[in-house]
Amino acid sequence: MRTAFFVAIVVLASTLGEIAMTRAMKIIGEVHSFSPRAIFGVLGRAFRQGWMWIGFALMAISFFAMLALLSWEDVSFVIPATAASYAAGALGAKFLLHETVNRTRWLGVLLVSIGVALVWMGK
Amino acid sequence: MTAHKRLRTKTVVLLALMVVAGATGDVLLSMGVKQIGELQHWTPEGVAAFLVSVFTNVTVWLGIACLVGYFVSYMLVLSWADFSFVLPASALTYVLVPVLARIVLNESVTPLRWAGVGCIFLGVVLVGLTPPSTTHAQADHPAEQA
Repeated sequence: MRTAFFVAIVVLASTLGEIAMTRAMKIIGEVHSFSPRAIFGVLGRAFRQGWMWIGFALMAISFFAMLALLSWEDVSFVIPATAASYAAGALGAKFLLHETVNRTRWLGVLLVSIGVALVWMGK
Repeated sequence: MTAHKRLRTKTVVLLALMVVAGATGDVLLSMGVKQIGELQHWTPEGVAAFLVSVFTNVTVWLGIACLVGYFVSYMLVLSWADFSFVLPASALTYVLVPVLARIVLNESVTPLRWAGVGCIFLGVVLVGLTPPSTTHAQADHPAEQA
């Protein structure tokens, strides 16, 4: 029960956090140069986006819930268990970010989710 | 190289960086936290003492360094690629983590878990067949390509 509760927090907070971060990065636009200077420039711009900070707050919640989980569960169970965020992420991408999720991509996400379920059952 | 091919190549390189740094970081974090032991007392003092032990542990900090590398790659790739492309692709971490857990942490991994890992791998391959970016035109910034 304690484990399920913490997994739920990790999944919801990380999915919404990453969607907020995606929105911030899409506002900045495609990165073309990967010199350290250019990367720091991009990070500087990202940190001035409100969406980025909303994302950070949610991901921080997810991170600390994960740290707590890792103190009593094996890493090879915890990390795959939190992969339920894959299904949530694809839904969020379609409805909140308006990405095109075609049949092949849905099938891929479905397989990832089945993989997650198997990993759960394998505990 | 065509714009399409260039986009796919840089997406794959950054995803590979993400997956390796993410998996290594998770395993290091787990090793560090296991060195400290389970959080036993859910009082403010107990939690505070646990956090102090966590943040004075070298292995935890190495894990955090890897996760920073993971995070920066993640941010950069999301500046052009779909979240619904990057997220499932980053599930390759789940293929790598049980392997690292088996080898480095000596944790046992059941056959069913290995089957799950295989499913995840197949799913990621399918997602990899779809276009990395569906929300914006690639010719937005032709001047920056040089």
